[in-house]
Amino acid sequence: MRKSPPERSGTVARFEVNFTRYLDANGKVVSTPLPRWANDPEVLLPLYRTMVQTRTFDTTALNLQRTGRLGTYASSLGQEAIGTAIASSMWTEDVLVPSYREFSAQLWRGVTMTELFLLWGGDERGSDYQGPREDFPVSIPVGSHACHATGVAYAFKMRRQKRVAVCCLGDGATSKGDFYESLNAAGAWHLPVIFVVSNNQWAISVPVEKQTAAQTLAQKAIAAGVTNEQVDGNDVIALRTVAERAIDEARFGEGPRLIEALTYRLSDHTTADDASRYRDESEVELQRANDPINRLKTYLIKSRMWSDQDDQKLNQECKQKVEEAVKQYLATPKQPSQAMFDYLYEELPVSLQHQLDAALISEDHG
Amino acid sequence: MAEITLVEAVNQALAREMSDNKNVLVLGEDVGIDGGVFRATAGLLDKFGDERVLDTPLSETLIGGVSIGMAAQGLIPVAEIQFMGFACSTIDQILNHAARIRNRTRGRLTCPMVLRAPFGGGIRAPEHHSESTEALFAHIPGLRVVIPSSPERAYGLLLASIRNPDPVVFLEPKRIYRLVKQEVPDNGEALPLDVCFIIRPGNDVTIVTWGAMTHDSLVAADKLAEQGISAEVIDVATLKPLDIETISVSVEKTGRCVIVHEAPLSGGWGAEISARLAEHNLFNLLAPIKRVTGYDTVMPLFRLEDQYMPSTDRIVGAVNEVLKFE
Repeated sequence: MRKSPPERSGTVARFEVNFTRYLDANGKVVSTPLPRWANDPEVLLPLYRTMVQTRTFDTTALNLQRTGRLGTYASSLGQEAIGTAIASSMWTEDVLVPSYREFSAQLWRGVTMTELFLLWGGDERGSDYQGPREDFPVSIPVGSHACHATGVAYAFKMRRQKRVAVCCLGDGATSKGDFYESLNAAGAWHLPVIFVVSNNQWAISVPVEKQTAAQTLAQKAIAAGVTNEQVDGNDVIALRTVAERAIDEARFGEGPRLIEALTYRLSDHTTADDASRYRDESEVELQRANDPINRLKTYLIKSRMWSDQDDQKLNQECKQKVEEAVKQYLATPKQPSQAMFDYLYEELPVSLQHQLDAALISEDHG
Repeated sequence: MAEITLVEAVNQALAREMSDNKNVLVLGEDVGIDGGVFRATAGLLDKFGDERVLDTPLSETLIGGVSIGMAAQGLIPVAEIQFMGFACSTIDQILNHAARIRNRTRGRLTCPMVLRAPFGGGIRAPEHHSESTEALFAHIPGLRVVIPSSPERAYGLLLASIRNPDPVVFLEPKRIYRLVKQEVPDNGEALPLDVCFIIRPGNDVTIVTWGAMTHDSLVAADKLAEQGISAEVIDVATLKPLDIETISVSVEKTGRCVIVHEAPLSGGWGAEISARLAEHNLFNLLAPIKRVTGYDTVMPLFRLEDQYMPSTDRIVGAVNEVLKFE
């Protein structure tokens, strides 16, 4: 049935955007009741460990890049809580469709640091994840992977599988057509897909107020008929609460969701960027106080789940693991020229054989 | 057996493959109850239901993009873009993702999808409905570009494209959707991809073409035969990867080559074929290679279409020119 217009003038629809935060920047509880697992070290400590591991990885990656042993690298400094919370709310058989700043989510899901180093070190094998075989590789073009997550979710729904596709994007991606087209279709088809927007407030040099006049990015879901919410992206307890609920609901037929996680990009966009060209160091300094790792650590210590000694030990362990990964990465010989042709098609077309031969000859001749 | 048109052969191949493989689905604008604006998907909704015959929102980027997600999950999406001119917004998805996801993941994820679109002029349609941008796609590594030119080849090549484990852009020459009819047995037998078809043998000159222009080329060959000139006509069929071997062997025999396509001259796929022939056949060419193509102009609205598109007279003229060289 087509809809007729209402009989009289007046408001025909109302919308709202809800925000969730449990811990403030000092790790103090500002909203109760906390979820039950917020007192359970078996839930919280793995989250904390992944966040610390991600930061250790990040620091090492920057060092490797500066010493010429890694290519251009996009740091996730200050955004570690989001991916950790999201991935910890997913089932193994769900599918992550990440952008390029989601190391914590990828590490949680079993992508190895060696693989991450390989990718940013210019080697396709870094996206041949031995762990989450069905997860997507990072999408470098911003926002285009929202469509892929939508397609993955369609496949789940069509097969009656209780699985969820989770797409991670940044604030810049919410200006793109692919993002809107995906949200719209996900809504129309009622798909089990979650879009997580890490609003780190900068898309390279363009601040979010120049991206959009929208008051929140979460509200961009409203026009698509998709449920939305906003959450403190540096509060892992709030994030996990929101993510777990959204993913569970999507899994059991409640449709898609857009989660906007408010955070801040403490780093340059990438190692090829110099953020001092466009933003004040004083702004960054203020934002450091919101650090998600310190926030959780303070809460854990206050709740007697953690100590400074534990923390030192963990940092040592994380460093050791990264060093192992660096060794493996640096010891991995580069692929032969043949590798350019090996995965272009399932079978190399006859017409490409000559080009392969030429590549092999020039390889032989150094 | 009843004779069917090219668009009916497309429909027959889709129905066949959807019956044989439950992972195959079609999606696009108006592909459901409407059966597609050219009726290529007519009747499929009733047979296979709305999950496998999916009317999408009016979102071309999405149509290409969701297909990639579906394909990575093991489905085989056959996506329809209503007219080739509207495929531009999804070229990002095809170029940056569909064609490279196998390579990017070292074969972990693959993209067995088909993107169908009607292309070319000649149906008195509005602007942006008549382009021939096959060379844009043929330039992309990791992609296949397939163009049928008869009901038989539409059926066999579409089956092959759907069964192919890599992404295929399948461009349908809409001017000849209903021009000729052939008996096409629904036997599920695919034709080979990556090979050219010699559709008329000859000795004096090789005419290389694809899509709707195969018909104009065959008509030209008939006219040439009246002048006592024997033209060999090759339907390239798979533009990428290109079977230069078949073309090269033919030109070795005839020593003369005319390439015919609707798309603009510069950077058209004829340029690639011509360059390859220069590499392979320099010493058995008896005359310069000649191209008969659309002009490097915007495709005109339809009152000037006939002036834009290669005519049989232009093809005959080009052949006569290359025959002037002794």
